[in-house]
Amino acid sequence: MNQRILTVLRRAVPGCALVLASAMVHAQLAIEITGAGANRMPVAIAAFEGENTLPRAVTDVVRADLERSGLFKMIELGPSPMGANAPVDYARVRSRGADAVAVGTVSASSGGRHQVQVQLHDSQKQVSLGGQAMMMAPNQYRATGHRIADFIYEKLTGEPGVFSTRIAYVLKVGTRYELQIADADGSNAQTALASKEPIISPAWSPDGTRLAYVSFESKKPVVYVHSLATGQRNVAANFKGSNSAPAWAPDGRRLAVVLTKDGQSQLYSVNADGSGVQRLASSAGIDTEPSWSIDGMIYFTSDRGGSPQIYRVSAGGGNAERVTFEGSYNVSPRPSPDGKSLVYVSRNGGRFQITMLDLASRQTQILTDTSKDESPSFAPNGRMILYATETGGRGVLAAVSADGRVKQRLSVQSGDVREPAWGPQPRN
Amino acid sequence: MKFARLTLSLIAAGLLAACSSAPKTDADQGGAAVEERSSGASSAGIDNSRVVPVDAGSASGAGIAALKDPKSILSKRSVLFDYDSYVIKSEYQALIEAHAKFLLANPKMKMLIQGNTDERGSREYNLALGQKRADAVKKALTLLGVSDAQLESVSLGEEKPSCSDSSESCWAANRRGDMLYSGEF
Repeated sequence: MNQRILTVLRRAVPGCALVLASAMVHAQLAIEITGAGANRMPVAIAAFEGENTLPRAVTDVVRADLERSGLFKMIELGPSPMGANAPVDYARVRSRGADAVAVGTVSASSGGRHQVQVQLHDSQKQVSLGGQAMMMAPNQYRATGHRIADFIYEKLTGEPGVFSTRIAYVLKVGTRYELQIADADGSNAQTALASKEPIISPAWSPDGTRLAYVSFESKKPVVYVHSLATGQRNVAANFKGSNSAPAWAPDGRRLAVVLTKDGQSQLYSVNADGSGVQRLASSAGIDTEPSWSIDGMIYFTSDRGGSPQIYRVSAGGGNAERVTFEGSYNVSPRPSPDGKSLVYVSRNGGRFQITMLDLASRQTQILTDTSKDESPSFAPNGRMILYATETGGRGVLAAVSADGRVKQRLSVQSGDVREPAWGPQPRN
Repeated sequence: MKFARLTLSLIAAGLLAACSSAPKTDADQGGAAVEERSSGASSAGIDNSRVVPVDAGSASGAGIAALKDPKSILSKRSVLFDYDSYVIKSEYQALIEAHAKFLLANPKMKMLIQGNTDERGSREYNLALGQKRADAVKKALTLLGVSDAQLESVSLGEEKPSCSDSSESCWAANRRGDMLYSGEF
C-alpha cells in the first residue's frame, strides 16, 4: 500500500482511512501527455512564499494542471519564492521567456488552517491580472492547487478551468468491477460501487452529487441512481427486459433511459426515484444512447434507417430528425455543453474513432488516431473530450481537445479502465 | 448466519456513512430493491419476525435433473448467431422445441434469456443488439406455445463474453443467446 496515500487519508478523515484504503489498493490513474497545442503560452508559476510549511507544494499541483491542459508551456523560475504582495521583478520573468507569472503567499491562520494569496501578472504589460485569496487545511493542497489553476486558466483563456472537476469510470481487474470517482487529474480515486458483475454507462447528475448507471448485479441490466456522499442508491428502472443508457435531464429531476418492456430498445423518461415512466420517442428499430442537450433536444442512436446513425428529437416530443449521414456506423452522441457541436463514435474502415460535428456548418472532424474508441464525454467547459480506448490490448482512458491537438492518456498499472464520464463543475 | 452478515454490513455502512468522502457500496451484498423480479412481499406493514417463503418455481424431479444431465438436450442452453444476424438457425430448432416442451410441462418454471454480442462497437448499442437475439429466442418459444409470463428476454451486450480474444472464432462464440432457468439467475 502506498504510504503517502494512507497518510493523506488519515489526515483527511481519521478513522475512515483503513475502510477507504482497502478500496484503493489498485490503481492510481496515471496521466501521460501524448500531444500538445500548437502555440502554448509561456507561463511561470513561482514558488509561493511559505508553501514549504505544507505537506506538498501547492504550486506543483498548479504547474501540473496547467501543463496537462496543453495550452501552456511552464517556465521554470527556480526555487526562490515570490510573495503575493512583493513587487514583481518583471525583467527577470521576461528574461526567462514567460508572458505571465503567478506569485503567492501561504500564511498560517487560526485552527491550523492556512491562507493562500495568489496574484497573476502580465509580464509584458507589467500589470496585475487579478488575485485570489482562499483558506485551506494543510491536507487540501491538491484541491487548493486545482482552484488556483482554474483561476489562472480562466484569466488567461477567458474560459473556466476544469481542474477542480471529477471523473467517473469503471475499473475492471480480473472478474471484479469497480465504479470509481477520481479528480480530473486521476488522483484521489475512490470506489463508489464494487461488483462481480459488469457496470456500464455512468452518468453524472447536473449537480455532481449522484451517478446514474447500469449494473448487471441481478443478471440483467438495471438502472440505479447512487448518491456519492452517502452510498445510498435506488433503482431508477427495472422493468421486464433490459434497462439501460441513463441520461440526466438538465434539471436533474428526470432521466432518459432505454427500456425493452414494450419490445425493442426504445427511449423513455423516468423520475430519478423510478416513478413516472413516459415514452419519449418511438420507432420500429433500436433507439438508444440518449443524451440531453442544453437546448432541449435529445440526441440518440437509432438504426431505424438500416444502419446505426445519430438522430435528435425535442425532449417535448415531435418528429425525430436524422443528424449524421456519412458512413454506416455513427453511435454514442454527446452534445457539447453549449449545444453547438456534437461528438460521437464513427466507424471508419474498421476503426472506431471520436468524431466532432459542428452542428451549424455540418463540418465533421475525426479527433483521434486510436481505433477502438468508445463513450465520449465532454469536459464541462467543452474544451476536452474524455473517452475510452484500447492500447496494447488494455482498456485505457484518453482525452483529446475539441480541436484534436491536445492529447492525453490515463491508465492504471493493471486492469482495464473504461466507461468514463466527466463530472460537472463543483458547486461551491 | 445471514443475520450476522447483515449486522456486519450495517456496521460497515455506518462506518462508511461517517466518512466525508464517497463511500463504497458492495453490489454483491444486495440491498437495492428490484421491481417485478420476485414474488416477495413489499416492505409496508410487515411483521419482521415472520419469514415468508418464496416459491421461485419448482419442477418435477425428473425434469430438473434433465436440465443438468449432459446426455439431455435440455442441458444445452446456447443458441449461436451469425454476424449482424438475429435469426435462429435451423440447427437450433430441436433445442428450442425441447425447451419449449419443458416449459409447457413445468408452467411454474421461469426462463431468463440473455442475449450477447461480440465486443466491437458501442457498449449500449451492443446491448440493444443483444436484446434482439434474446427476443428472437423468446419469440421462437412463444410461437411454440410457451406463456409470455414464463419468459424474460434481457441483454448482456458485450459485457459477458464467453471468450475474450479479438478473433473471428471468439467473436462467433460471443454472438449467442443463453437460456437460464429459475434458480440459475
